[in-house]
Amino acid sequence: MRKVYFDHSATTPTAPEVASLMVEYMTTHYGNPSSVHSFGRETKKALIKARAQVAELIGANPLEILFTSGGTEADNIAIRGVAKANKKRGNHIITTQIEHHAVLHACEALEKEGFRVTYVPVDEYARVNPKDIEDAICDDTILISVMFANNEVGTLQPIKEIGKIAKEHGIYFHTDAVQAVGNYPIDVNEYGIDLLTMSAHKFHGPKGVGALYIRKGVKIRPISFGGAQERTLRPGTENIPGIIGLGKAAEIAKAELEGKMAHLQRLRDRLITGIQERIDEAKLNGHPTERMPGNVNFSFRYIEGEALLLNLDLRGIAGSSGSACTSGSLDPSHVLLAMGMTHEIAHGSLRLSLGRDNTDEDVDYCLEVLPEIVARLRSMSPLYNGNKEA
Amino acid sequence: MYTDKVMDHFTNPRNVGEIKDASGVGEVGNAKCGDIMRIYLDIEDDRIKDVKFKTFGCGAAIATSSMVTELVIGKTLKEALEVTNNTVAEALDGLPPAKMHCSNLAADAMHAAIQDYMKKEKVQA
Ligand SMILES: Cc1ncc(COP(=O)(O)O)c(C=O)c1O
Ligand SMILES: [Zn+2]
Repeated sequence: MRKVYFDHSATTPTAPEVASLMVEYMTTHYGNPSSVHSFGRETKKALIKARAQVAELIGANPLEILFTSGGTEADNIAIRGVAKANKKRGNHIITTQIEHHAVLHACEALEKEGFRVTYVPVDEYARVNPKDIEDAICDDTILISVMFANNEVGTLQPIKEIGKIAKEHGIYFHTDAVQAVGNYPIDVNEYGIDLLTMSAHKFHGPKGVGALYIRKGVKIRPISFGGAQERTLRPGTENIPGIIGLGKAAEIAKAELEGKMAHLQRLRDRLITGIQERIDEAKLNGHPTERMPGNVNFSFRYIEGEALLLNLDLRGIAGSSGSACTSGSLDPSHVLLAMGMTHEIAHGSLRLSLGRDNTDEDVDYCLEVLPEIVARLRSMSPLYNGNKEA
Repeated sequence: MYTDKVMDHFTNPRNVGEIKDASGVGEVGNAKCGDIMRIYLDIEDDRIKDVKFKTFGCGAAIATSSMVTELVIGKTLKEALEVTNNTVAEALDGLPPAKMHCSNLAADAMHAAIQDYMKKEKVQA
Protein backbone atom coordinates (compact mmCIF):
# COMPACT_ATOMS: atom_id res chain seq x y z
CA MET A 1 0.00 0.00 0.00
CA ARG A 2 1.11 3.52 -0.73
CA LYS A 3 2.23 5.38 2.39
CA VAL A 4 1.82 9.15 2.56
CA TYR A 5 3.04 11.13 5.54
CA PHE A 6 1.04 14.36 5.84
CA ASP A 7 1.73 15.13 9.49
CA HIS A 8 4.87 17.28 9.38
CA SER A 9 3.41 19.77 11.85
CA ALA A 10 3.46 16.97 14.43
CA THR A 11 7.01 15.96 13.57
CA THR A 12 9.34 15.42 10.62
CA PRO A 13 11.73 12.59 9.76
CA THR A 14 15.25 13.27 10.98
CA ALA A 15 17.48 13.99 7.98
CA PRO A 16 19.94 11.10 7.38
CA GLU A 17 22.97 13.47 7.49
CA VAL A 18 21.71 14.75 10.83
CA ALA A 19 21.19 11.27 12.25
CA SER A 20 24.63 10.00 11.19
CA LEU A 21 26.33 13.04 12.67
CA MET A 22 24.47 12.48 15.92
CA VAL A 23 25.69 8.89 16.10
CA GLU A 24 29.27 10.17 15.86
CA TYR A 25 28.64 12.38 18.87
CA MET A 26 27.42 9.39 20.86
CA THR A 27 30.02 6.80 19.93
CA THR A 28 33.21 8.56 18.81
CA HIS A 29 33.09 12.08 20.27
CA TYR A 30 31.43 11.39 23.58
CA GLY A 31 33.31 13.78 25.85
CA ASN A 32 31.55 16.11 28.26
CA PRO A 33 31.98 19.67 26.94
CA SER A 34 32.68 20.88 30.48
CA SER A 35 35.75 18.63 30.76
CA VAL A 36 39.21 20.13 30.23
CA HIS A 37 40.74 17.15 28.39
CA SER A 38 40.85 16.63 24.63
CA PHE A 39 37.62 14.59 24.65
CA GLY A 40 35.79 17.44 26.28
CA ARG A 41 37.38 20.12 24.13
CA GLU A 42 36.38 18.29 20.96
CA THR A 43 32.75 18.23 22.03
CA LYS A 44 32.92 21.83 23.21
CA LYS A 45 34.04 22.88 19.76
CA ALA A 46 31.06 21.11 18.19
CA LEU A 47 28.73 22.76 20.69
CA ILE A 48 30.04 26.18 19.69
CA LYS A 49 29.57 25.35 16.03
CA ALA A 50 25.96 24.22 16.60
CA ARG A 51 25.20 27.47 18.44
CA ALA A 52 26.50 29.43 15.46
CA GLN A 53 24.46 27.35 13.00
CA VAL A 54 21.26 27.94 14.96
CA ALA A 55 21.98 31.66 15.39
CA GLU A 56 22.63 31.97 11.67
CA LEU A 57 19.20 30.56 10.82
CA ILE A 58 17.39 33.38 12.63
CA GLY A 59 19.85 36.24 12.28
CA ALA A 60 20.96 36.15 15.91
CA ASN A 61 24.28 36.28 17.73
CA PRO A 62 25.45 32.81 18.90
CA LEU A 63 25.66 34.06 22.48
CA GLU A 64 21.93 34.73 22.38
CA ILE A 65 21.08 31.04 21.80
CA LEU A 66 20.14 28.81 24.72
CA PHE A 67 19.78 25.08 24.08
CA THR A 68 16.78 23.38 25.66
CA SER A 69 15.03 20.03 25.69
CA GLY A 70 12.55 21.25 23.05
CA GLY A 71 9.86 23.77 22.31
CA THR A 72 7.97 23.18 25.54
CA GLU A 73 10.94 23.87 27.79
CA ALA A 74 11.97 26.93 25.77
CA ASP A 75 8.43 28.35 26.12
CA ASN A 76 8.49 27.72 29.86
CA ILE A 77 11.91 29.31 30.36
CA ALA A 78 10.87 32.33 28.28
CA ILE A 79 7.58 32.95 30.06
CA ARG A 80 8.36 31.96 33.62
CA GLY A 81 11.93 33.22 33.42
CA VAL A 82 10.92 36.69 32.21
CA ALA A 83 7.94 36.88 34.58
CA LYS A 84 10.03 36.05 37.64
CA ALA A 85 12.89 38.37 36.68
CA ASN A 86 10.65 41.37 36.00
CA LYS A 87 8.15 41.03 38.82
CA LYS A 88 9.20 44.37 40.28
CA ARG A 89 8.27 46.12 37.05
CA GLY A 90 4.85 44.53 36.77
CA ASN A 91 2.84 41.35 36.78
CA HIS A 92 0.81 41.50 33.59
CA ILE A 93 1.35 39.24 30.56
CA ILE A 94 -0.40 39.39 27.19
CA THR A 95 -0.80 36.33 25.02
CA THR A 96 -3.45 34.90 22.67
CA GLN A 97 -6.21 32.32 22.86
CA ILE A 98 -4.61 30.13 20.18
CA GLU A 99 -1.18 29.47 21.66
CA HIS A 100 0.22 25.99 22.10
CA HIS A 101 -0.45 24.46 25.51
CA ALA A 102 3.22 24.96 26.37
CA VAL A 103 2.50 28.71 26.47
CA LEU A 104 -1.11 28.62 27.65
CA HIS A 105 -0.50 26.28 30.57
CA ALA A 106 2.67 28.14 31.58
CA CYS A 107 0.58 31.34 31.69
CA GLU A 108 -2.20 29.64 33.64
CA ALA A 109 0.36 28.45 36.19
CA LEU A 110 1.60 32.04 36.57
CA GLU A 111 -1.97 33.24 37.13
CA LYS A 112 -2.16 30.91 40.13
CA GLU A 113 1.00 32.60 41.41
CA GLY A 114 -0.48 36.09 41.25
CA PHE A 115 0.29 37.23 37.69
CA ARG A 116 -2.47 38.63 35.47
CA VAL A 117 -2.75 37.28 31.95
CA THR A 118 -4.79 38.66 29.04
CA TYR A 119 -5.67 36.09 26.38
CA VAL A 120 -6.33 38.16 23.26
CA PRO A 121 -8.92 36.69 20.86
CA VAL A 122 -8.41 36.03 17.13
CA ASP A 123 -10.54 36.50 14.03
CA GLU A 124 -12.19 33.73 11.99
CA TYR A 125 -8.86 33.10 10.24
CA ALA A 126 -7.04 32.65 13.58
CA ARG A 127 -5.23 35.95 13.09
CA VAL A 128 -4.56 38.35 15.94
CA ASN A 129 -5.26 42.02 15.41
CA PRO A 130 -2.16 43.98 16.54
CA LYS A 131 -4.50 46.72 17.76
CA ASP A 132 -6.04 44.26 20.24
CA ILE A 133 -2.56 43.55 21.58
CA GLU A 134 -1.87 47.26 21.92
CA ASP A 135 -5.22 47.85 23.64
CA ALA A 136 -4.44 45.14 26.16
CA ILE A 137 -1.22 46.85 27.29
CA CYS A 138 -1.30 48.21 30.85
CA ASP A 139 1.26 50.09 32.94
CA ASP A 140 2.35 46.83 34.50
CA THR A 141 2.65 44.72 31.31
CA ILE A 142 6.05 43.01 31.20
CA LEU A 143 5.71 40.44 28.42
CA ILE A 144 3.82 39.87 25.17
CA SER A 145 3.87 36.31 23.80
CA VAL A 146 2.33 35.63 20.39
CA MET A 147 3.09 32.55 18.30
CA PHE A 148 4.69 33.06 14.88
CA ALA A 149 2.50 30.52 13.09
CA ASN A 150 -0.32 28.45 14.50
CA ASN A 151 0.34 24.73 14.63
CA GLU A 152 -3.21 23.64 13.74
CA VAL A 153 -4.41 25.97 11.02
CA GLY A 154 -1.04 27.40 9.95
CA THR A 155 -2.03 31.06 10.22
CA LEU A 156 0.93 33.46 10.25
CA GLN A 157 0.62 36.23 12.81
CA PRO A 158 1.43 39.92 12.26
CA ILE A 159 4.68 39.50 14.15
CA LYS A 160 6.41 42.58 12.75
CA GLU A 161 3.58 44.88 13.83
CA ILE A 162 3.43 43.31 17.28
CA GLY A 163 7.20 43.55 17.61
CA LYS A 164 6.97 47.24 16.84
CA ILE A 165 4.22 47.80 19.40
CA ALA A 166 6.17 45.92 22.07
CA LYS A 167 9.25 48.00 21.37
CA GLU A 168 7.35 51.30 21.51
CA HIS A 169 6.01 50.38 24.94
CA GLY A 170 9.27 48.92 26.24
CA ILE A 171 7.74 45.46 26.74
CA TYR A 172 9.53 42.19 26.05
CA PHE A 173 8.21 40.26 23.03
CA HIS A 174 8.38 36.48 22.92
CA THR A 175 7.24 34.38 19.96
CA ASP A 176 6.71 30.62 19.90
CA ALA A 177 8.09 30.01 16.41
CA VAL A 178 8.20 26.22 16.68
CA GLN A 179 6.21 25.73 13.47
CA ALA A 180 7.98 28.48 11.55
CA VAL A 181 11.70 28.12 12.27
CA GLY A 182 13.36 26.18 9.47
CA ASN A 183 10.17 26.34 7.41
CA TYR A 184 9.72 30.08 6.98
CA PRO A 185 12.30 32.91 6.85
CA ILE A 186 12.78 34.61 10.21
CA ASP A 187 15.17 37.35 11.24
CA VAL A 188 14.82 38.29 14.89
CA ASN A 189 15.97 41.87 14.28
CA GLU A 190 13.73 42.47 11.31
CA TYR A 191 10.73 41.23 13.31
CA GLY A 192 11.64 42.97 16.58
CA ILE A 193 11.66 39.71 18.54
CA ASP A 194 13.23 39.59 22.03
CA LEU A 195 12.71 35.90 22.74
CA LEU A 196 12.01 33.11 20.27
CA THR A 197 11.23 29.42 20.76
CA MET A 198 12.24 26.73 18.28
CA SER A 199 12.18 22.95 18.20
CA ALA A 200 14.51 20.76 16.11
CA HIS A 201 12.07 18.00 15.20
CA LYS A 202 9.84 20.32 13.18
CA PHE A 203 12.60 20.83 10.60
CA HIS A 204 14.24 17.43 10.17
CA GLY A 205 16.24 17.56 13.40
CA PRO A 206 15.88 15.16 16.32
CA LYS A 207 13.07 15.13 18.91
CA GLY A 208 13.66 16.38 22.43
CA VAL A 209 15.93 19.29 21.61
CA GLY A 210 15.24 22.93 20.87
CA ALA A 211 16.48 26.40 21.57
CA LEU A 212 15.42 29.71 23.03
CA TYR A 213 16.75 32.89 21.49
CA ILE A 214 17.17 35.55 24.17
CA ARG A 215 18.13 39.01 22.96
CA LYS A 216 21.18 40.42 24.74
CA GLY A 217 20.07 42.50 27.70
CA VAL A 218 16.73 40.78 28.34
CA LYS A 219 16.23 40.23 32.06
CA ILE A 220 15.53 36.57 32.66
CA ARG A 221 15.97 34.11 35.54
CA PRO A 222 16.50 30.36 35.65
CA ILE A 223 13.47 28.20 36.38
CA SER A 224 15.47 25.08 37.23
CA PHE A 225 18.72 24.83 39.12
CA GLY A 226 21.99 22.97 38.82
CA GLY A 227 25.33 23.44 37.12
CA ALA A 228 26.66 26.35 35.11
CA GLN A 229 25.73 25.07 31.66
CA GLU A 230 23.89 27.42 29.28
CA ARG A 231 24.71 30.39 31.51
CA THR A 232 22.86 28.60 34.38
CA LEU A 233 19.58 29.23 32.55
CA ARG A 234 19.37 25.61 31.48
CA PRO A 235 21.60 23.64 33.84
CA GLY A 236 22.56 20.02 33.27
CA THR A 237 24.98 18.22 30.94
CA GLU A 238 24.09 19.25 27.42
CA ASN A 239 22.22 16.86 25.12
CA ILE A 240 25.20 16.88 22.79
CA PRO A 241 23.95 14.51 20.07
CA GLY A 242 20.65 16.41 20.01
CA ILE A 243 22.27 19.84 19.92
CA ILE A 244 24.70 18.81 17.17
CA GLY A 245 21.70 17.44 15.27
CA LEU A 246 19.79 20.69 15.76
CA GLY A 247 22.77 22.67 14.46
CA LYS A 248 23.09 20.52 11.37
CA ALA A 249 19.33 20.62 10.73
CA ALA A 250 19.44 24.42 11.01
CA GLU A 251 22.27 24.61 8.48
CA ILE A 252 20.38 22.37 6.02
CA ALA A 253 17.11 24.25 6.57
CA LYS A 254 18.77 27.57 5.80
CA ALA A 255 20.27 26.24 2.57
CA GLU A 256 17.03 24.58 1.44
CA LEU A 257 14.50 27.12 2.66
CA GLU A 258 13.63 28.91 -0.55
CA GLY A 259 13.25 25.78 -2.64
CA LYS A 260 11.36 23.94 0.08
CA MET A 261 8.88 26.79 0.54
CA ALA A 262 8.12 27.00 -3.17
CA HIS A 263 7.68 23.22 -3.37
CA LEU A 264 5.38 23.06 -0.34
CA GLN A 265 3.32 26.05 -1.41
CA ARG A 266 2.69 24.51 -4.79
CA LEU A 267 1.67 21.13 -3.34
CA ARG A 268 -0.41 22.86 -0.66
CA ASP A 269 -2.34 24.91 -3.19
CA ARG A 270 -2.93 21.86 -5.40
CA LEU A 271 -4.29 19.95 -2.43
CA ILE A 272 -6.51 22.83 -1.29
CA THR A 273 -7.95 23.45 -4.75
CA GLY A 274 -8.34 19.74 -5.39
CA ILE A 275 -10.30 19.22 -2.19
CA GLN A 276 -12.51 22.24 -2.86
CA GLU A 277 -13.28 20.96 -6.36
CA ARG A 278 -14.07 17.42 -5.26
CA ILE A 279 -15.86 17.76 -1.92
CA ASP A 280 -18.98 19.79 -1.11
CA GLU A 281 -19.23 21.70 2.13
CA ALA A 282 -15.51 21.53 2.76
CA LYS A 283 -14.40 24.62 4.61
CA LEU A 284 -10.77 25.72 4.51
CA ASN A 285 -9.69 26.59 8.05
CA GLY A 286 -7.08 29.27 8.66
CA HIS A 287 -6.05 32.20 6.50
CA PRO A 288 -6.38 31.93 2.70
CA THR A 289 -3.00 33.55 2.06
CA GLU A 290 -1.23 34.25 5.36
CA ARG A 291 -0.55 30.59 6.11
CA MET A 292 2.39 28.23 6.48
CA PRO A 293 3.59 26.85 3.14
CA GLY A 294 2.84 23.25 4.13
CA ASN A 295 -0.44 23.63 6.02
CA VAL A 296 -3.80 22.37 4.76
CA ASN A 297 -6.71 22.32 7.20
CA PHE A 298 -10.33 21.60 6.31
CA SER A 299 -13.57 20.96 8.13
CA PHE A 300 -15.88 18.49 6.43
CA ARG A 301 -19.39 19.02 7.59
CA TYR A 302 -21.47 16.14 9.04
CA ILE A 303 -18.50 13.92 9.88
CA GLU A 304 -16.09 13.55 12.75
CA GLY A 305 -12.33 13.89 12.52
CA GLU A 306 -11.13 10.72 14.20
CA ALA A 307 -13.25 8.50 11.96
CA LEU A 308 -11.76 10.37 9.03
CA LEU A 309 -8.19 9.90 10.32
CA LEU A 310 -8.68 6.19 10.91
CA ASN A 311 -10.04 5.71 7.41
CA LEU A 312 -7.17 7.68 5.90
CA ASP A 313 -4.72 5.64 7.95
CA LEU A 314 -6.24 2.42 6.60
CA ARG A 315 -5.38 3.75 3.14
CA GLY A 316 -1.85 4.70 4.22
CA ILE A 317 -2.33 8.44 4.68
CA ALA A 318 -1.23 10.05 7.96
CA GLY A 319 -2.96 13.27 9.05
CA SER A 320 -4.31 14.80 12.25
CA SER A 321 -7.50 16.38 13.60
CA GLY A 322 -8.72 18.91 16.15
CA SER A 323 -11.67 16.71 17.09
CA ALA A 324 -12.38 16.04 20.77
CA CYS A 325 -12.28 12.33 20.04
CA THR A 326 -8.60 12.59 19.14
CA SER A 327 -7.58 14.88 21.98
CA GLY A 328 -8.73 12.75 24.89
CA SER A 329 -10.80 15.65 26.22
CA LEU A 330 -14.45 16.40 25.66
CA ASP A 331 -13.85 19.60 23.75
CA PRO A 332 -12.49 20.06 20.27
CA SER A 333 -9.35 22.12 19.78
CA HIS A 334 -9.21 25.47 21.59
CA VAL A 335 -7.82 27.00 18.40
CA LEU A 336 -10.83 26.08 16.26
CA LEU A 337 -13.23 27.25 18.98
CA ALA A 338 -11.35 30.56 19.34
CA MET A 339 -11.88 31.05 15.59
CA GLY A 340 -15.60 30.98 16.29
CA MET A 341 -16.25 27.54 14.83
CA THR A 342 -19.22 25.55 16.13
CA HIS A 343 -18.40 22.34 17.96
CA GLU A 344 -19.90 20.29 15.16
CA ILE A 345 -17.68 21.82 12.49
CA ALA A 346 -14.61 21.73 14.74
CA HIS A 347 -15.11 17.99 15.28
CA GLY A 348 -14.87 17.46 11.54
CA SER A 349 -11.49 19.10 11.07
CA LEU A 350 -8.59 17.49 9.25
CA ARG A 351 -5.03 18.81 9.14
CA LEU A 352 -2.73 17.64 6.38
CA SER A 353 0.74 19.12 6.83
CA LEU A 354 3.17 18.63 3.98
CA GLY A 355 6.94 18.20 4.06
CA ARG A 356 9.90 18.41 1.75
CA ASP A 357 9.76 14.74 0.71
CA ASN A 358 6.10 14.84 -0.36
CA THR A 359 5.40 14.64 -4.10
CA ASP A 360 2.69 15.41 -6.62
CA GLU A 361 1.82 11.71 -6.55
CA ASP A 362 1.13 11.97 -2.81
CA VAL A 363 -1.28 14.81 -3.47
CA ASP A 364 -2.94 12.91 -6.33
CA TYR A 365 -3.37 9.83 -4.17
CA CYS A 366 -4.91 11.84 -1.33
CA LEU A 367 -7.29 13.57 -3.75
CA GLU A 368 -8.37 10.16 -5.01
CA VAL A 369 -8.92 8.61 -1.56
CA LEU A 370 -10.28 11.47 0.53
CA PRO A 371 -13.54 12.18 -1.39
CA GLU A 372 -14.53 8.48 -1.16
CA ILE A 373 -13.94 8.42 2.58
CA VAL A 374 -15.83 11.65 3.20
CA ALA A 375 -18.75 10.39 1.10
CA ARG A 376 -18.86 7.07 2.95
CA LEU A 377 -18.81 8.68 6.40
CA ARG A 378 -21.45 11.18 5.35
CA SER A 379 -23.69 8.39 4.14
CA MET A 380 -23.49 6.98 7.70
CA SER A 381 -24.13 10.31 9.40
CA PRO A 382 -27.52 11.18 10.91
CA LEU A 383 -26.69 14.85 10.29
CA TYR A 384 -26.38 14.45 6.54
CA ASN A 385 -29.37 14.54 4.23
CA GLY A 386 -27.53 14.23 0.98
CA ASN A 387 -28.59 17.69 -0.04
CA LYS A 388 -26.94 20.92 0.91
CA GLU A 389 -29.53 22.30 3.28
CA ALA A 390 -29.94 19.99 6.25
CA MET B 1 -5.30 1.87 20.57
CA TYR B 2 -8.49 0.11 19.36
CA THR B 3 -9.01 -3.67 19.54
CA ASP B 4 -9.26 -5.74 16.37
CA LYS B 5 -12.99 -6.13 16.97
CA VAL B 6 -13.50 -2.36 17.14
CA MET B 7 -11.52 -1.91 13.94
CA ASP B 8 -13.52 -4.69 12.27
CA HIS B 9 -16.83 -3.03 13.14
CA PHE B 10 -15.46 0.37 12.23
CA THR B 11 -14.23 -0.70 8.80
CA ASN B 12 -17.18 -3.00 8.04
CA PRO B 13 -20.05 -1.57 10.02
CA ARG B 14 -23.13 -3.85 10.15
CA ASN B 15 -26.65 -2.59 9.55
CA VAL B 16 -25.89 0.98 8.49
CA GLY B 17 -28.88 2.88 7.20
CA GLU B 18 -32.44 3.87 8.03
CA ILE B 19 -35.74 2.03 8.32
CA LYS B 20 -38.70 3.73 6.65
CA ASP B 21 -41.71 3.87 8.99
CA ALA B 22 -39.63 2.35 11.80
CA SER B 23 -41.46 0.98 14.85
CA GLY B 24 -39.19 3.07 17.03
CA VAL B 25 -36.33 5.56 16.62
CA GLY B 26 -33.88 6.57 19.34
CA GLU B 27 -31.14 9.18 19.32
CA VAL B 28 -28.52 10.09 21.90
CA GLY B 29 -25.56 12.47 22.08
CA ASN B 30 -25.11 15.88 20.56
CA ALA B 31 -22.79 17.56 18.12
CA LYS B 32 -21.13 19.47 20.96
CA CYS B 33 -19.52 16.36 22.42
CA GLY B 34 -18.83 14.94 18.99
CA ASP B 35 -20.92 11.77 18.91
CA ILE B 36 -24.55 11.34 17.78
CA MET B 37 -26.10 7.90 17.39
CA ARG B 38 -29.50 7.16 15.92
CA ILE B 39 -31.04 3.66 16.02
CA TYR B 40 -34.04 2.51 13.97
CA LEU B 41 -36.02 -0.58 15.02
CA ASP B 42 -38.49 -2.72 13.15
CA ILE B 43 -40.44 -4.59 15.82
CA GLU B 44 -42.93 -7.41 15.33
CA ASP B 45 -44.57 -9.42 18.14
CA ASP B 46 -42.22 -7.92 20.71
CA ARG B 47 -39.21 -9.04 18.74
CA ILE B 48 -36.60 -6.93 16.91
CA LYS B 49 -36.97 -8.00 13.30
CA ASP B 50 -34.59 -5.45 11.88
CA VAL B 51 -32.31 -2.72 13.19
CA LYS B 52 -30.33 0.00 11.45
CA PHE B 53 -28.12 2.84 12.63
CA LYS B 54 -26.67 6.16 11.58
CA THR B 55 -23.81 7.67 13.55
CA PHE B 56 -21.84 10.90 13.56
CA GLY B 57 -18.73 10.23 15.58
CA CYS B 58 -15.35 8.65 16.08
CA GLY B 59 -14.20 5.09 15.51
CA ALA B 60 -15.59 3.97 18.88
CA ALA B 61 -18.96 5.59 18.23
CA ILE B 62 -19.32 3.84 14.88
CA ALA B 63 -18.09 0.47 16.19
CA THR B 64 -20.39 0.47 19.25
CA SER B 65 -23.36 1.40 17.05
CA SER B 66 -22.59 -1.44 14.69
CA MET B 67 -22.07 -3.91 17.56
CA VAL B 68 -25.32 -3.05 19.30
CA THR B 69 -27.27 -3.76 16.12
CA GLU B 70 -25.67 -7.23 15.93
CA LEU B 71 -26.36 -7.89 19.60
CA VAL B 72 -30.09 -7.16 19.47
CA ILE B 73 -31.22 -8.28 16.05
CA GLY B 74 -33.73 -11.13 16.49
CA LYS B 75 -33.97 -10.55 20.25
CA THR B 76 -37.14 -9.93 22.26
CA LEU B 77 -37.57 -6.42 23.64
CA LYS B 78 -36.97 -7.74 27.15
CA GLU B 79 -33.68 -9.31 26.07
CA ALA B 80 -32.66 -6.16 24.19
CA LEU B 81 -33.30 -4.01 27.24
CA GLU B 82 -30.76 -6.12 29.12
CA VAL B 83 -28.03 -5.12 26.66
CA THR B 84 -26.16 -2.17 28.18
CA ASN B 85 -23.34 0.11 27.06
CA ASN B 86 -21.02 -2.15 29.06
CA THR B 87 -22.26 -5.26 27.25
CA VAL B 88 -21.41 -3.53 23.98
CA ALA B 89 -17.93 -2.49 25.13
CA GLU B 90 -17.24 -6.04 26.35
CA ALA B 91 -18.43 -7.54 23.07
CA LEU B 92 -15.84 -5.34 21.35
CA ASP B 93 -13.09 -6.67 23.69
CA GLY B 94 -13.03 -3.30 25.44
CA LEU B 95 -12.66 0.37 24.56
CA PRO B 96 -9.94 2.86 25.49
CA PRO B 97 -10.87 4.51 28.84
CA ALA B 98 -11.35 7.94 27.22
CA LYS B 99 -14.01 6.42 24.94
CA MET B 100 -16.17 4.86 27.66
CA HIS B 101 -18.40 7.92 28.05
CA CYS B 102 -19.42 10.01 25.03
CA SER B 103 -18.55 7.41 22.43
CA ASN B 104 -20.21 4.43 24.13
CA LEU B 105 -23.91 5.32 24.08
CA ALA B 106 -25.17 2.97 21.40
CA ALA B 107 -27.15 0.82 23.86
CA ASP B 108 -28.76 3.97 25.23
CA ALA B 109 -29.84 4.89 21.71
CA MET B 110 -31.27 1.40 21.23
CA HIS B 111 -33.18 1.67 24.55
CA ALA B 112 -34.48 5.06 23.49
CA ALA B 113 -35.76 3.49 20.28
CA ILE B 114 -37.59 0.78 22.27
CA GLN B 115 -39.10 3.44 24.52
CA ASP B 116 -40.20 5.37 21.45
CA TYR B 117 -41.92 2.22 20.19
CA MET B 118 -43.64 1.53 23.53
CA LYS B 119 -44.90 5.09 23.74
CA LYS B 120 -46.41 4.83 20.26
CA GLU B 121 -47.98 1.46 21.10
CA LYS B 122 -49.63 2.92 24.19
CA VAL B 123 -51.11 5.76 22.19
CA GLN B 124 -52.53 3.27 19.70
CA ALA B 125 -53.88 0.89 22.37
C1 LIG C 1 3.53 25.89 18.29
C2 LIG C 1 4.19 24.84 19.13
N1 LIG C 1 4.75 25.18 20.28
C3 LIG C 1 5.37 24.27 21.06
C4 LIG C 1 5.44 22.95 20.70
C5 LIG C 1 6.13 21.97 21.61
O1 LIG C 1 7.37 21.60 21.11
P1 LIG C 1 8.14 20.31 21.64
O2 LIG C 1 7.36 19.13 21.18
O3 LIG C 1 9.50 20.37 21.05
O4 LIG C 1 8.19 20.40 23.15
C6 LIG C 1 4.85 22.54 19.49
C7 LIG C 1 4.86 21.11 19.11
O5 LIG C 1 3.93 20.58 18.55
C8 LIG C 1 4.21 23.52 18.69
O6 LIG C 1 3.64 23.18 17.53
ZN1 LIG D 1 -16.06 9.70 20.24
